[in-house]
Amino acid sequence: MIRLRLEQRAATPAWFYVALPVAAMLATLLLCAGLVVLAGGDVIEAYGTLFLSPVASRFALVETAVKAAPLIFTGLAVAIAFRAKFWNIGGEGQLLMGAMAAAFIGGREGLPAVSLIPLMILAGALAGGIWALVPALLRTRYKVDEVVVSLLLNFIVFYGMMALLDGVWKDPLSGYPDSPDIREEAGFPILLPRTRLHLGVGLALIAAPLVFVLMRKTVLGFAIRAVGENAQAAAYAGFSTARVTMATALLSGAMAGLAGVGEVAGLHYQVMAGISPGYGYTGIVIAMLAGLNPLGVVPAAFFFAIVITGAEAMSRATGIPVYLSDVIQGTALITMLIALLFTRYRLRLKGVGHG
Amino acid sequence: MDDIWGQIFQVGFFAALLRIATPLILASLGEMFAERAGVLNLGIEGIMLLAAMTGFSTAYFTGSLWLGLAAAMATGMVMGALMGLLTVSLGLSQHVSGIGVTLLCTGFAFFFYRLIFGQPGVPPSIEAFATVKVPLLSDIPLIGPVLFDQFALVYIALLAVPVAAFVLFRTPWGLSLRAVGESPRAADSAGVNVALTRYQALILGGAFMGAAGAFLSMAQFNAFTFGVISGRGWVCIALVVFGQWSPWKCAAGALIFAAIDTLQLRLQASNVIDVPYQVFLMLPFVLTIVAMAAVSRNARAPAALLTPFRKEER
Repeated sequence: MIRLRLEQRAATPAWFYVALPVAAMLATLLLCAGLVVLAGGDVIEAYGTLFLSPVASRFALVETAVKAAPLIFTGLAVAIAFRAKFWNIGGEGQLLMGAMAAAFIGGREGLPAVSLIPLMILAGALAGGIWALVPALLRTRYKVDEVVVSLLLNFIVFYGMMALLDGVWKDPLSGYPDSPDIREEAGFPILLPRTRLHLGVGLALIAAPLVFVLMRKTVLGFAIRAVGENAQAAAYAGFSTARVTMATALLSGAMAGLAGVGEVAGLHYQVMAGISPGYGYTGIVIAMLAGLNPLGVVPAAFFFAIVITGAEAMSRATGIPVYLSDVIQGTALITMLIALLFTRYRLRLKGVGHG
Repeated sequence: MDDIWGQIFQVGFFAALLRIATPLILASLGEMFAERAGVLNLGIEGIMLLAAMTGFSTAYFTGSLWLGLAAAMATGMVMGALMGLLTVSLGLSQHVSGIGVTLLCTGFAFFFYRLIFGQPGVPPSIEAFATVKVPLLSDIPLIGPVLFDQFALVYIALLAVPVAAFVLFRTPWGLSLRAVGESPRAADSAGVNVALTRYQALILGGAFMGAAGAFLSMAQFNAFTFGVISGRGWVCIALVVFGQWSPWKCAAGALIFAAIDTLQLRLQASNVIDVPYQVFLMLPFVLTIVAMAAVSRNARAPAALLTPFRKEER
């Protein structure tokens, strides 16, 4: 009798980190093809539209990049936090905090025009970071599980935001629960004329390598990884787990906050209910797909930007529900998690009786 | 003000409180079973949502509410088994697996609802569960209408609490379950099948979560909406901590939470306090966090929670 067993692997070959996400994505698409068939669709046509329409023209490519910007930021937020095994599932709420801070600053008439954009970026990062500090503080001070707190905070900030938008912060001109538009000078500059490619996309592309360097080459990055790999050993080496956790939360929340800044300053020029269709949660999938590597977050974010925008085109063309994109995200997270097993284990065929 | 409180604390208040507590009791019992066996099931939010959808759809097409409930529970059991595959058989991170299951179930719920019902102007609805009057007992003043004129599922949830406590603390299987969550190595030496027991706990827990989801779309409301769960699953994770992994205390926590939720709903409706209604919606979540902060430092979770068990590794 031959049986399969998992054996510990000494070292992970570098190419695994590219091959595994690709394999996981192929498995995901194969599994989700079943749903396409179930919905009465043609798999080739559905996937063809889904993956080609977001890259088929210059205009579509720009739109995909615009969609990828917040996803890069929320992906980085999770990549940083999960490295320290700080389970920050609150990216969604931190994004909303960043968006609100940016919209608030961007609407202030008293501020000099040139200071608006830097202040919005700063305030948004700070607001997201501070919001992420709440679960970090509760974890380090009161041993409260940060998963539940960060999740509950998403609901709290959403309802809080809607209370403001429905009340004191409502745009008197539109009559909808939206905030008033930010000032003209507060909008991010457009990088490519006559498109929506805004500064936020550039910032996201710069942020990824910066976070990579921070995680690999600085003491803080080392501390974050050390705490994540072995908190006891890190404490033994002189790192304060509590302080490292707070720094991780601040940094992670700041990234998610920046996602919100970009959406306000570059795209919507205001805050409204639908400002984030779950970018915070998609960030988790993206970070896992990237193997928590900040550089890997960029292609992973582009992949999901394609899936999200492409699913709309596919739905219009074939009638398959647009929510296929949500199923793909959930399946991708699970298949990638399984695929990551192969970085630690190898499959061995064994004849029983020999070992 | 006296007048307002008089209006709020009527018989209807306590009857509504029990209804709001029911899904929380069911789902937190489900989560408690999983965690007692050593597995944190963060799939709870998604499982409840998907079960609310499958239960509703089954009832819609078969006309049988009880078949709908069965479908919802079966959904929960399948997803509990999936959680077992990921965290027990493969030993993957319980945190990330749970989030994955929630995302997957959420996607499934949205996808299939849209596939089955399309985008109708008026959302499809069913004839939801009606209340069942217990003969004689429902005639008792005050207590009767609160306790004995409720949905069948309310009775089931209330009965489930002592049953769960009995199973957990007084049966051999309950002992194995707790042993597996506290010290899988010792349980294994004693001849308990750790993996099997964890699967059983996750599947049983899933059935409870499924029933909770079904209650929301088939008793409390008569339709499925995308926001039908809106954080209740996460609240149940907190309730299990607050309830110190005890069925009685979990149920007590659910009742306290439901009291606050019922109160905020009544205050919202009474229009006496002039704040946006979202502030009221926020309140239960804020209090949940405060409650967790108050109890977590002294909470003693099952010792093997979050740790996978591999027989061959020492």
